[in-house]
Amino acid sequence: MVVDRTLETLNGTLIIARREIQDHLRDWRILMPIMILTLFFPMLMNFTAQQAMDFVTRYGAPIIGERLVPFLLMIVGFFPISISLVIALESFAGERERLSLEPLLATPLTDGQLYLGKMIASLVPPLGAAYLGIFVYLLGLVLKTGWRPEPQLLIQILALTTVQAIVMVSGAVVISSQTTSVRAANLLASFIIVPVAELIILESMVMFWGRYQVLWWIVLVLVLIALVFGRMGLRLFNREQLLGNEFDTIDLRWVLRKFWVAFTGGATTLIEWYRDIFTRSLPLIKVAALLTIGLFYVAYSVGYQSAETFTLPPEYVDIGQYNQGLESQFRYFGFFTGQTWRWIVLNNVRALLLATLLGAFTLGVLAEILLMVPIGIIGYFAGNVALAGGDKLKFLTALVLPHAVLEIPMAVIACATILRLGMAVLSVPKGESLSEGWIKALGEWARVGLGLVLPLLLAAAAVEVFITPRVAMSLLGG
Amino acid sequence: MTSALIETYDLTKQFGDLVAVDNVSLRVEAGEVLALLGPNGAGKTTTIRMLASILRPTRGRALIKGFDTVEEPIEVRRSIGFLTEHHGLYTRMRSHEYLAFFGSTHGLPPSVIEQRTNELLDLYGLSDAKRLRLGQFSKGMRQKLALVRALLHDPAVLLLDEPTSAMDPASAHLVRESIRNIRSSKRAIVVCTHNLYEAEELADSIAIIRRGQIIAHDTPKMLKRRLLGEPIMELRLVDRLDGVMKYLPSELEPMEMGENWLRYRVSHPDRVNPKVLYAMAQAGVQVITLSEVERSLEDVYLQVVGENTSLEGEL
Repeated sequence: MVVDRTLETLNGTLIIARREIQDHLRDWRILMPIMILTLFFPMLMNFTAQQAMDFVTRYGAPIIGERLVPFLLMIVGFFPISISLVIALESFAGERERLSLEPLLATPLTDGQLYLGKMIASLVPPLGAAYLGIFVYLLGLVLKTGWRPEPQLLIQILALTTVQAIVMVSGAVVISSQTTSVRAANLLASFIIVPVAELIILESMVMFWGRYQVLWWIVLVLVLIALVFGRMGLRLFNREQLLGNEFDTIDLRWVLRKFWVAFTGGATTLIEWYRDIFTRSLPLIKVAALLTIGLFYVAYSVGYQSAETFTLPPEYVDIGQYNQGLESQFRYFGFFTGQTWRWIVLNNVRALLLATLLGAFTLGVLAEILLMVPIGIIGYFAGNVALAGGDKLKFLTALVLPHAVLEIPMAVIACATILRLGMAVLSVPKGESLSEGWIKALGEWARVGLGLVLPLLLAAAAVEVFITPRVAMSLLGG
Repeated sequence: MTSALIETYDLTKQFGDLVAVDNVSLRVEAGEVLALLGPNGAGKTTTIRMLASILRPTRGRALIKGFDTVEEPIEVRRSIGFLTEHHGLYTRMRSHEYLAFFGSTHGLPPSVIEQRTNELLDLYGLSDAKRLRLGQFSKGMRQKLALVRALLHDPAVLLLDEPTSAMDPASAHLVRESIRNIRSSKRAIVVCTHNLYEAEELADSIAIIRRGQIIAHDTPKMLKRRLLGEPIMELRLVDRLDGVMKYLPSELEPMEMGENWLRYRVSHPDRVNPKVLYAMAQAGVQVITLSEVERSLEDVYLQVVGENTSLEGEL
C-alpha cells in the first residue's frame, strides 16, 4: 500500500520533471550557458590552475597552487548550478506569467508531485552540467599535470555541489511559488544569492586553510537547511494562492487588520485578552519553551565547563572578599536608583527586540543563541567561583536568583515566542499564505510580549536594582 | 430523476472583504449544457475554479460526479476537463507531446493517449499541424488544442471558461462548432461566457450571474418568457389592415399596428394563432406571414444585469 502510494507519487513527480527538463533543454537561453560552463569554463580553469601552479612554484610557494586546484574544482562545479537558481525562480512564477499554470493546477496531480517535479526539473540539468564540468576539469588536470584528487575531496566537492544546488533550488521554488511574477522572484532571489555568496567565501577560506574536514560540517548544515526549505515549500504550496495572487503591492490595512485580529485574539475585554494569553497563547509555545529551557541548560553547562579552559584569577571571583564595602560598590554602579532600573529595562528591551529581529529571519536560531549568551556567562562565573573554591550556590543565590526568578521565565517565554515566530514560515496553516501565517505569529508575539514578557521584564529589573543587592549584601556582606 | 454530475450548495467564495461568489446553488445533469452568463468580474471564473477544485469555497460545497471538491480534489480533477480562459499551452512543445503530458497526468496508458490524440486531432482538424511547435499555432488552433486537452481523458464534466473570448469571429465559430460536437448524453458541460449569442447557441439552460449571485436561471426560452413577457406574434398582410380588425378573435388585443401589420401578445400561440389564421381565411384576407417576433437574449440580459435592478426581487 505504502509502496504503491510512493510509486504513484514518484510517477506523478517524474511526469512533471520530464516535461520541464525537456522544455529547459529546448531553451537556448538555458542551454547555451550550461554548455559554456560545462565545456569552456573547466578548460579555462585548467589553464588558470596550471598557470597559477607554475607561477607560485617559481617563487617557492607550491602550497598555494596545491590549495588553488581543489578550490577551482569547487568553483567549476558551482558555476553551472547557479543556473538552477534561474530555472527554479521561474518555475511557478514563469508559468503563472505565461498563463499555463491554471491547466496544470487542474490536473489530478497532488501538490507534492507538482512541487517536487518542479524541484527535480530545476536541479537535474544544472547538476548534470556541474558533474560534467568537474569531470572535464579533472580530465584536463590529469592529462596536463597528472594531479589526481583524493577520493574524499572529490566526494566532498560532489556532495557540496549537490547540496548547494538543492538548497538554492528549494529556496528559489519557495520564492517562485510565493511571488506574482518572475521579476518579483528575481528581486527576492537576493535572499538566496547573498547567503550563498557568503557561503562560497567561507568554503574558499576553509579550502585555502586546508581544513577539508570542516566541509563535511558545511554539507551537514546545508542538508538540514535543504530539509527545512523542502518542508517549508511543501507546507506553503497552495494551488489557490498560486493562482489567486494578483497583486504584489503592500496592503498595509490588510496587514494591520490581520495583526490586530491575532493580537486581540477576538477578545472584547482586557480581562478576556489577558486570560487568553494563559489559556491559548502559552500552550502554543509549550514545546518551544521546553526546547529553550533545554538550550539554556546547555548554555549554562557550556559556560560552567569553559571556566576550566578560560579560568579567571581566583581573586576576581573570590566571593568571600565582599564585605562591608559591598553596598558602596552597588551604589557606585548605580543600584538602588530608578535611573539604573530604566537602563536595565531599556537594555533588556533592546536585547529582546534584537533577538526578535535576528530570530525572525533565522527560524529563531539566532534569537536562541543571543539569549543563551547571558546564561552561558552566568555559568562561566559560577564555574570560576567553584574553581576558586567558593560556594557557587551562594554566589548564584546572592547575585542571580532573586531577579532570575522572574527574568529566566521571562527569557524562556520571550525566546519561545520568537522561536515560534521564526518557525512560522515552516508551519503556516494549510490554506494560508506565508505572509498571513507570519503576521499572525507576529500578532501572537506582540500579545505575549506586551501581556507577559514586558511586565515580567519590568518587575525583574526592579528586583535586580532594588532587591538583589540587598540579598547579596545580607548573604555576602559578612 | 437523473443524477446530477455537478451540484453546488450555497457555494460562496470570499477574497478578503470581497464576496466573489455568493450562495450559488446549481445542478447540472448528464447531457445538459449550462451557460454561466455574466459581465466581467461577476464571479464566473471563481465559480468554475471552485468546481475544478483549484479554489476552496469559503462556505457551501460543490460535488462533481458525487465527489466533494474539498474532500476529494484528486477524484474531482480526474472527472473534469477544464478549458481555461487562457489556453496556456507550452509553446516549445508539439501537439502530441503536449497531449501525452496531460494524458499521463490523468494516468492514461500511452496506447490510449496515442489513440485519443489521433482521434481528437483528426476531429478538430489539427492532424496536419503535428510538426509545428505550439508557439506556431494560430489562436483558433491553440484554443482547439486546449479543448482537445480538456477532452483527452473523456471527462464526464467539462468546464469551459470563456472558450471564445478575444477570438476573431471565424475562430470563435470554429470553437463553438467544436463545443457543439462534444455534447453527449453522458456529459455535463458548464460554459462561462459573457457572449450572449454563444450562451443561447450552446446552452440548454442559462444562469445569469451578477456580483457573485445567480439572479436568473432557466432555459433561454423560459428566461425570455419570464423576463420579457409572453411571446409576441406579428401578423403581416398583403393588403392594408383597415376593416380586418373585426374578423380577429375577440381575446386578441393588438399591441402595435402598422399599415399592413399588427403585433399581439399571446400566452398560448398554439390555441390562438390557428384561430387567427382561420378568421383571416374566412374573411378572404391574404396573409403574408404570422410569426413570433424574435426577442434576443440580449434584451433579457440587459434587463437582468443592466442598471434596472428592480427585477432581481421578482426572480
